[in-house]
Amino acid sequence: MTTDHHHPTEMAPIEARVAAIESVLVENGVLDTDALDQIVQHFEDNLGPMNGAKVVARAWSDPDYKQRLLADGTAAIAEFGFQGPEGEYMVVVENTPQVHNLVVCTLCSCYPWPTLGLPPKWYKAPAYRSRAVREPRKLLAEMGTDIPADVEIRVWDSSAEARYLVLPMRPDGTDDMSEEQLAGIVTRDSMIGVQRL
Amino acid sequence: MHLVNTGGVVEKFDRQWIDRRTIYDVDGVHDLGGLDGFGPVEYTPSEPLFDEDWERRAFRLMIGWIGAQNPSGGQFRHSIERMAPAHYLSSPYYEHWLTGAATMAVEAGFTTQDELDRRAGGRFPLSAADRGVLPDDLTPRTTPRYAVGDEVRVREWHPPGHTRAPRYVQGRRGTVVRVDGAYDIDDIAAHGGGSVADPLYAVRFTSRELWGEAGADGEVVCVNLFERYLEDPR
Repeated sequence: MTTDHHHPTEMAPIEARVAAIESVLVENGVLDTDALDQIVQHFEDNLGPMNGAKVVARAWSDPDYKQRLLADGTAAIAEFGFQGPEGEYMVVVENTPQVHNLVVCTLCSCYPWPTLGLPPKWYKAPAYRSRAVREPRKLLAEMGTDIPADVEIRVWDSSAEARYLVLPMRPDGTDDMSEEQLAGIVTRDSMIGVQRL
Repeated sequence: MHLVNTGGVVEKFDRQWIDRRTIYDVDGVHDLGGLDGFGPVEYTPSEPLFDEDWERRAFRLMIGWIGAQNPSGGQFRHSIERMAPAHYLSSPYYEHWLTGAATMAVEAGFTTQDELDRRAGGRFPLSAADRGVLPDDLTPRTTPRYAVGDEVRVREWHPPGHTRAPRYVQGRRGTVVRVDGAYDIDDIAAHGGGSVADPLYAVRFTSRELWGEAGADGEVVCVNLFERYLEDPR
């Protein structure tokens, strides 16, 4: 028997690796896959940018709510019942004619789950994470969002506890829209800051 | 270690070096802020939560592990940060979660490298050993030393273990723009030191301070930093 016997050179396919550790942890009683499936389902059904859009629409419609939201994001967002993991400490940053906010996590993939759901692939990938803090204006332009030169770009690196939600500027021509209609025009990307509405 | 974008180069490193830990006993491949060469963002306006079933299972695996074992956020993140750099850069996101969960399961004694290789029918790369060391001072602090408007400098110490102080701000001067109260500092919890509170701040850095001649006017970066990372500016 060679010493290589226990050290195969070919990496096992990803599906086989998932099955391997999953089977170990099920046998050890660590994983209850049926119970966990319900949690995953909750992520798939209930968490996503439709939640953050409701928060933004209310802030646009109700000046008192907007004031509460900017003063204590966690509490104001919890008024909708949006709370839990990765939403324990929420900070809402407001776009203005002078300031455009952009959110990134350079160290991993921190993202406000209760209001935006799980992050998109590009948010977790090296290109976005490396460049958002280095050349945000150029990056946004490449992604189709031109920020005028006289507007400050303020990048928020979610490097520790705070999770950020961008409050976009309310678009012109929406004065007659209801709060529900407004929620319909708020996009995920506008709440990350890679898009202007 | 090369950090160039080209998937082909990374994959070549991956195949050749993935188990040769001595070669990539290098910290911080996850610490990506400011690195060059990754190319354009591969943007998609929307996407399914999980593209493939294995991604859903890897997510389920990690949330199950976290629910059952309750690792600190630092332990969870550091299980991924210890991945071989070439593996980290060349693998999809949920492969990071898979590798981290499997590494923590081996370290907790639930299984072994050999057993995982056997069950997977091939090599199952795990993360490198934890080289983090606890600081000498484990005193909790809750009263912030700095206030909004104060100038601070980020210490430059590049720890071998887990930290939430990105490399690109270490040694740089900034201004406190928010005082967040006190939270358990990840650097200590990640390496078995338990819950130790430390004041937390948002610190604003100008692009010029961070990137010098390559920086730009009208761009600032705000980073969430614990007080232990900060010192008075020189």
